[in-house]
Amino acid sequence: MLEIKNLHVKLEEEEKQILKGVDLTVEAGKVHAIMGPNGSGKSTLSYVLSGRDGYEVTEGSATLEGEDLLEMEPEERAAAGVFLAFQYPVEIPGVGNMTFLRTAVNAQRKARGEDELSAADFLKEVRAKAKSLKIDADMLKRPVNVGFSGGEKKRNEILQMAMLEPKMCILDETDSGLDVDAMKLVAEGVNALRDEGRGFLVITHYQRLLDHIKPDVVHIMADGRIVKTGGPELALEVENNGYADILAEVN
Amino acid sequence: MAALDQTQVKEGVDQETVDAVREVSTYKYGWDTDIEMEYAPKGVNPDIVRLISDKNEEPEWMTEWRLAAFERWTKMDEPNWAMVHYPKIDFQDQYYYARPKSMEEKPKSLDEVDPKLLATYEKLGIPLKEQMILAGVEGAEDMPAEGRKVAVDAVFDSVSVGTTFQDELAKHGVIFCSISEAIREHPELVKKYLGTVVPVSDNFYATLNSAVFSDGSFVYIPPGVRCPMELSTYFRINAENTGQFERTLIIADKGSYVSYLEGCTAPQRDTAQLHAAVVEIIIEEDAEVKYSTVQNWFPGDENGKGGIYNFVTKRADCRGDRSKVMWTQVETGSAVTWKYPSCILRGDESQGEFYSIAITNNMQQADTGTKMVHLGKNTKSRIVSKGISAGKAQNTYRGLVSMHPKAKDSRNYTQCDSLLIGDKCGAHTVPYIEVRNNSSRVEHEATTSKVDDDQLFYCRQRGMDEEEAVALVVNGFCKDVLQALPMEFAMEAQQLVAISLEGSVG
Repeated sequence: MLEIKNLHVKLEEEEKQILKGVDLTVEAGKVHAIMGPNGSGKSTLSYVLSGRDGYEVTEGSATLEGEDLLEMEPEERAAAGVFLAFQYPVEIPGVGNMTFLRTAVNAQRKARGEDELSAADFLKEVRAKAKSLKIDADMLKRPVNVGFSGGEKKRNEILQMAMLEPKMCILDETDSGLDVDAMKLVAEGVNALRDEGRGFLVITHYQRLLDHIKPDVVHIMADGRIVKTGGPELALEVENNGYADILAEVN
Repeated sequence: MAALDQTQVKEGVDQETVDAVREVSTYKYGWDTDIEMEYAPKGVNPDIVRLISDKNEEPEWMTEWRLAAFERWTKMDEPNWAMVHYPKIDFQDQYYYARPKSMEEKPKSLDEVDPKLLATYEKLGIPLKEQMILAGVEGAEDMPAEGRKVAVDAVFDSVSVGTTFQDELAKHGVIFCSISEAIREHPELVKKYLGTVVPVSDNFYATLNSAVFSDGSFVYIPPGVRCPMELSTYFRINAENTGQFERTLIIADKGSYVSYLEGCTAPQRDTAQLHAAVVEIIIEEDAEVKYSTVQNWFPGDENGKGGIYNFVTKRADCRGDRSKVMWTQVETGSAVTWKYPSCILRGDESQGEFYSIAITNNMQQADTGTKMVHLGKNTKSRIVSKGISAGKAQNTYRGLVSMHPKAKDSRNYTQCDSLLIGDKCGAHTVPYIEVRNNSSRVEHEATTSKVDDDQLFYCRQRGMDEEEAVALVVNGFCKDVLQALPMEFAMEAQQLVAISLEGSVG
């Protein structure tokens, strides 16, 4: 589904190479986790895939079902099925959560040449999905992420993901700032979305999220490259011994 | 049944409008009506003033009033304190009176109005039929099924072409007609109130308006009457090189209530056009007036060519105790805007509110705000201003809050927020505060922010294109003001926000 080949990325503003040849394939129906120390390039990878400004791809490619992602505008990538759950979800004062969701859903439908969802159908769907994430009516009315707690913000990201039904979900440190209960809730939300047609790329520092979202493949990223790939046991190894051993081993 | 038919008509109209948009880029109302016009000779002098008065079949006292205003105007200088720059206006190179030839014989009813004129308003989405406004209005599903009625006075260049629902309003004692008709039919009311809120000598543009105003709307709500429907005036400038000088007079007698809407558009032309209106509102004891404007005059092209120069004096006088006025304005059009809808809070415990959204894009300039003059005891005012600048536009909030010695225990709250899109535009806030007693309180808060790249990226990652994302963020920024608008206007205003900012990013 998602195929990244030899991806090299530098910052636009300065001569700093962040990704130095990333190769990664995420198959439909699979959950891939990326772990790695701070500054290894994990978040940059998520931003480059979703099309944020400020990065320059100097070499390599990234495709979704064969389509070149790097040529597309961010909204085109979204319509093609790329979803990024933000590490720091953005506040939009004055815009109701529900309005935001509906605008997003209909924008994607329009881009794909589908009919817009009627107000009634939309409402029904959003209420059902919000309920399973313990998002109440009040939170749907409040302005997007304004005054939300850390847990509410992350749950809200998962609600957006559930409503937009993307093909490729990228979760950027979704566990950061969450207590155990909130993390379980978020993980349940993600697990409910796992199916054969959907790929996941879960970026995290810690094993604990992976206790709840069981990955099929775990990658270790360091200094802009994927240095080791394995099964779920690799995450446990990191948990027990830290990154130092693995990094020493590859070097 | 009827509603269904109208929906179909509206769809047809929309297609036409869509075509019009394609021709004239983003300004949706830039087309003109090909209609035979009758003009007064160019320029302004006592003869022109007399001619306008004569065309309107006015009594002698009115003609004299106008001539006195003209005499005064010739001795006045154009104000230059506002933060707007434009080429000097040649007041002798304008037409001051233009009316469709077909209006020479005043139509007795809407059925007799020239179909071309009716079609013009239909195309603007303002059908001059007595019908539910909500037929075919987007988003109407949330409204009660029976809809709401809105009476419309349509002003085309210098003349009012028709007013709807007059009979039904008359049953409640409400007078809603063109001001020229009011001068003929209700001289006692006009004489009593005209020029008492905005005196003839008030300012350069108001004085010029007093001399040459050609038409406008007149509203009188009798004591204790809650006006059974919303009233609205729709101004359309069509003729080239023609100034529009309309005059609106609204009187809310004791304990009455009215909500009044004003809409404006003009064709897209290369040369700038002048619009200098005066609105006077008198509010007696316990009465309340809501005045909402969606101003969408042609703003000029992206290089600043053409557009309307909008110099407007709007003022409400809360004469009676416990009277209330609320101004809500959405200013998206005009090349130059000079406008300060104001409240004189004369009655004790009277209240004034001003909610404003001013959007400037490309080369537009807006200098707008309000004056809250507290004269009575325990008076309250509230100002919420949202200025949005994009392109190379300049947007200034200019406001005065004045607490007079007798305005004991009065309060004002002012909130001025500016939003910048891009790095070539400007936002300015110029508040004047005068407090001349020691029991009143004035609060002023101001913020300036930029549309944040993170917000835009977040929206785009969810599938919105850049313009949609900007519109969403800006609509959120304006929410406090949009909420103050009547339902139909709020929806129109939201769309207008999006259209006005097209091409402002990227």
